[in-house]
This record gives sequence, C-alpha cells and structure tokens, in this order.
Amino acid sequence: MKILVPIKQVPDTATQVRVAADARAIESAGITWIISPYDEFAVEEALRIKEKRGQGEVVAVSLGPDRVKEALRSCLAMGADRAIHVNDPAFADADTLTTARALAAVIKQEAPQLAIFGRQAIDDDMGALPAQVAELLGWPSLYWIMEEAIAADGASIRAGRQVEGGLEVFEASLPCVLAAQKGLNEPRYPTLKGIMGAKKKEIKDLKAADLGIAPEPPQLSVARLESLPPRPPGRVIGGDVHEAVRELVRALREEAKAI
Amino acid sequence: MHVELTEEQEMIRAMAREFADKEVRPIAAEIDRDARFPRETVRRMGALGLLGMTIPPAYGGSGADAVSYVVAMEEIAKACASHAVILSVNNSLYCEPVYKYGSEEQRQRLLVPFVTGEKIGCFALTEPQAGSDATNQTTLAVRAGDHYVVNGRKVFVTSGRESSAALVFCQTDRGQGHGGISVLIIESGTPGFLVPKVEEKLGLRASDTAEFLFEDCRVPVANRLGDEGLGIKIAMSSLDSGRIGIAAQALGIAAGAYELAVAYARERRSFGVPIGQHQMVQWMLADMATAIDAARLLTLRAAALKDAKKPFGTAAAMAKLFASETAMKATTDAIQVHGGYGYIKDFQVERYFRDAKITQIYEGTSQIQKLVIARSLLGGA
Ligand SMILES: Cc1cc2nc3c(=O)[nH]c(=O)nc-3n(C[C@H](O)[C@H](O)[C@H](O)COP(=O)(O)OP(=O)(O)OC[C@H]3O[C@@H](n4cnc5c(N)ncnc54)[C@H](O)[C@@H]3O)c2cc1C
Repeated sequence: MKILVPIKQVPDTATQVRVAADARAIESAGITWIISPYDEFAVEEALRIKEKRGQGEVVAVSLGPDRVKEALRSCLAMGADRAIHVNDPAFADADTLTTARALAAVIKQEAPQLAIFGRQAIDDDMGALPAQVAELLGWPSLYWIMEEAIAADGASIRAGRQVEGGLEVFEASLPCVLAAQKGLNEPRYPTLKGIMGAKKKEIKDLKAADLGIAPEPPQLSVARLESLPPRPPGRVIGGDVHEAVRELVRALREEAKAI
Repeated sequence: MHVELTEEQEMIRAMAREFADKEVRPIAAEIDRDARFPRETVRRMGALGLLGMTIPPAYGGSGADAVSYVVAMEEIAKACASHAVILSVNNSLYCEPVYKYGSEEQRQRLLVPFVTGEKIGCFALTEPQAGSDATNQTTLAVRAGDHYVVNGRKVFVTSGRESSAALVFCQTDRGQGHGGISVLIIESGTPGFLVPKVEEKLGLRASDTAEFLFEDCRVPVANRLGDEGLGIKIAMSSLDSGRIGIAAQALGIAAGAYELAVAYARERRSFGVPIGQHQMVQWMLADMATAIDAARLLTLRAAALKDAKKPFGTAAAMAKLFASETAMKATTDAIQVHGGYGYIKDFQVERYFRDAKITQIYEGTSQIQKLVIARSLLGGA
C-alpha cells in the first residue's frame, strides 16, 4: 500500500513569534523549524500501517522554500521511503486552495491509496487542506482521527474520529484522506541509523510545471497580522482574609463577570 | 574554519535532546536518590543506536562520527550524568577497542550484542594501587593451555555489576613490566569472576561502580583482545577517545546546570526585580556561558581531529581538563544563583554539582591531564 503524507514545516512551539515590519508575515529570523506535530502523528501512522502490512511505501510531501528539505529529511530519518519537495517561487504567496491544488496534483501523479494529513498545522491553524484536497480528488475525508484499521484486502478503512465525549467510527472506501488528531499514536524518534540513512534516500524536487499547473493569484491573502495586546498585570487582594474574600467574589462577579 | 554542525549532526542532537527530555530527565532525580541503574532507558538508548554510535553498520552500529558522539553525549548529560557515563563507557571504552583490536570472530560474539544494547560492557583498568599510576598492574593472568588463569582485584569499574563483559587489564608477563600487560575480555558468570562490592557514591549514583575479584578465573585465550603485551597501548588509545566522551559529559553537566540557573534568574525576584537584573548575578551567568562555549569548542575540536584521523590526544586532554573544571565551577555558581534553594534536593542543581566532581577525577585526574598536555609541549625533555 502506498501512503502519501503531506507535511508542513512550522516554527517551533517555543518560538517567540514577532510580527514582521510589513505586518503581513512573522519575523522568520532566528526561528527553529519543526514538523507540525499533528503531521508527525500522520507520518507515524503511515509507518505503522506499512509495518503492519509488511509492505508498502511511505512518501512524505511538502510545499515550501528550501528550508523545508530539513523537515522532509526528518521524515526520511523516521522511516519514510522517499520524499517530494514542491519547491517553486511561484507558490510563495500560495493560499490554502493553491496549496491544495498542488498537493492534489502530486497525489494524482503518485496515486497512493491513502493520504494522511495532520488535522491542522500549528502555525496558522487553518485546518483546511485535507478537506480541500479530498474535494479536488473526489475522495472521502475523515478528520480528527484517533484510530484506524484498514481491511485486509486494502479496499476500505474503518476510522474512529474524536467527537465530544466519544468516538465516531466511520467506514470509508479507499483511496481516502485522513487527518490525524493527537492521541492517534506516539510518534517515534528517528534512530541514529535512520538519521544516517536519510541522506541516501531520494528527495525529488518538483516545480509547478512538473505538476501541470500554473499557480493562480491567491484568492485569500493576509491583510494584516496583529500581536495580542500584552496581558494586564495580575492584581493582589491583600488585607483581612474575610474582607479579601468578599472583594475577590465581588471582583469576579462585577468586573470579570466570571461567576 | 567551520563551526557549524551539519544538518545530520543537528538531527542527532535533536533526537538525543528529545529522548533525554522525555525519558531521561523525568527519572533523573529518582534514580539518583535510589542509586538505581536505569536498565529500561539504557535499553532504549541501545535501540536508538546511542550505545555503539561510531561502530560501522556491519557490526550493528550507525557509523556516526566523533562529533555526533559529542553532540549526543552533551544532550544526554544535560539531563542525567549517570546515563551519560554509561553511554560513554560502553561507546569509548568497550565497543571502540573491541572493534579496533578484535578479530572478526570476537567482533561478532563480543561486539554486536553490545552495540545494540542487548548487553553492556565495561573497562577494568584501575586497581587499588594503580589509579593515576595505571601501569602498576598486579592482576595476573597465567597461560595454561588454551586458557589463562586470572587472579587479582579491580576497583571502581563503571557499569561493573550490570555488564555482561569486561575488558580486564592483566600482567601476562611480569618480567616485561608494562610491556607485559594484556587485555582479556572476561564475561560475567565466568567461574572465579566475583563482584564483591558496589560503591556508595557522592554523585553519578545511578551508575554502578563495582569492585571485581578474580580467583583462579579461567578465561579462554580466544577472549584475549589483541596480542599479548598490547594492554597499555589499548588502554591509552581507548582513554584518548574516552576523554572526548568525558569532556562532553562534563560539558553537558555544565550546560544543564546553566540552563536551570538562567531559568531561575528570570523567575526569582528580590528587591522588586528578577534576580537576573542584578549585575552580580548576570556576571555569574555570563562567565558560565563563556566557559561552557569554550569547553564545547575544545571538545568539538578534539572530536573533529579524531574524525580527520589526525593526532587528537593532546586536544582531548585539554578538552577534558577544561570541560571538567568548567563543570565544577558552573555547577557551583548555578547553586549560588539559586541561593538556599540550590542546596535543597527539590531543585535539580545540587545533583549537577555532585555529579560534576567525578569528571575531574576519572579517565585521568585534572593533574594527570596537565601532565599529558605538558609532556606533549616539552616532548621528552
Ligand atoms: C565513579 C568512578 C568511576 C570510575 N570508573 C572507572 C572505570 O570504569 N574503569 C577504570 O579502570 N577506572 C575507573 N575509575 C578509576 C579512576 O580512573 C581513578 O580513580 C583515577 O584515575 C584516579 O586514580 P586514584 O583514585 O587511584 O587516585 P591517585 O592516583 O591515588 O591520585 C590521588 C591524587 O594524587 C594526584 N596524583 C597522582 N599521581 C600524580 C602525579 N604523577 N602528578 C600529580 N598528581 C598526581 C591525583 O591527581 C589525585 O589528585 C573510576 C573512579 C570513580 C570514582
């Protein structure tokens, strides 16, 4: 079974995000980049499916600038067989639909039985791609997946998605799109051997032309980014305990309107 | 000159850091308190490929370079110095010499399982009267047909009780002085190989430090590593590599304590400001950061020389000397930054302080490193 895993490289969760001077992007200097954590669940699940079935191929895909190669190499170190890097300045301003079109084109070329995404990237939290790609391909898509089991004949999948207070189990035909939720698995660390072996694996570079598409101007563009206003300092209520409790309750009720 | 790691070395650092933060750091205080050898995480280090990093893939290793080894050691030591010494001894003092001097048969039998983490190994050179004066060996191995009969005592063997095999330095020809020292690989469970004692220690408490007693212990000649008389050469070349590992361990201890001190200096307030705003606290942190960076560069340089197959013994001695002195100073100051809380076990820095001391002692004391360095400066003079 061939499985495609689209991944996004995002700033490390510990990054102090700063809005850039043009207020349309974030300051990228000094950022440590990582694979978006939900995408790591997707990579791990793909590797587990391959291991469980005893055969198959896991292909990691990413669209982005040169630095994205590092994230792809991390996927290879974890165990993915090869990677595809859609690396074309024409995609510099891509919105989610443009990205979805590019990924759908890759998927058409590669013809996997399954495409596993993370449920959203942790940088802009759009969560739009899996559904848009599935729509473009005419495939079923299942979001917030907590567990999955592929039928022995590889024709269908049963997947449980997280819903409020429980699990909703779906049956879908393959090929299909899954979007992984936290809890699906515990991603492995790459082993030293995996890291050393990663450089021998292929990362194929693709341009828009290789995919037979011409990126259109984005229909969605960032108008402005704003930092959150700094949090107001906390307030210490001192003095006599009884008085203080009364004041606290009053403040919670009348000022914070929390109770 | 390049001072940046390769992408691959950065990936190794990220892997070691993630493993250390998720699996080692959470148990570090507890295994220190209970003096418990962390078998489970040591096995995990084997599965990740950290126990025989530089050994070629044909023998189960990953064929990583010495720089990668330093980088991984630093990250593990930042979380727990006991894990780091287990790693260092298995890599530098067991696997490397068995790979370098072992026959094909010995590599298959006595190396492969020790690279994968199925078993771990140790290095028994020190005797009660032979510490710094390491060539003053008295353990005797007398040849009897296809066996040696070993009698003697070894002390302070890191991982001694937990190991499945030990490199044991013995006199096979007393008339030859240190030219008569040979190495036998003695497997645990061999009759006459006893472990009468495990030491109680100030630091590195999760690493076992054992005493060995050999009483008419019969060891097959097939377990001799290299020719008779090669013992001191094997010891010295292993210790040259080992010192890079210990330098990296010391570096990690210093860097770990420093990170705790910086975090604390941001949080703790006195006189209305975070203590990091006081110039005298800044001074300590700046000194720490500078010395740690210098120690890191010295250690990476020694490793890079080794990777380039150039002489690295003096560079390794300098790195080990400077990094271990830095570890002691940085952990002392990290406690100072924490004030009274630094002296209390709830705050991790007191463990780093206790763990730092040994790095100035084993694999050659700081005084011995100075001798090694001075000798290389002055030649035979
Ligand atoms: C926790 C721990 C783990 C260890 N692990 C191992 C191990 O795995 N394998 C192993 O073989 N050994 C191991 N050792 C032993 C260690 O390497 C020795 O303790 C060390 O080499 C010092 O030897 P010593 O203790 O006999 O001290 P001594 O040699 O007696 O030294 C005492 C003091 O005299 C100084 N001194 C000695 N000679 C000179 C000189 N010529 N010039 C100037 N000063 C000198 C020393 O620097 C030191 O300050 C370990 C020790 C400890 C404590």
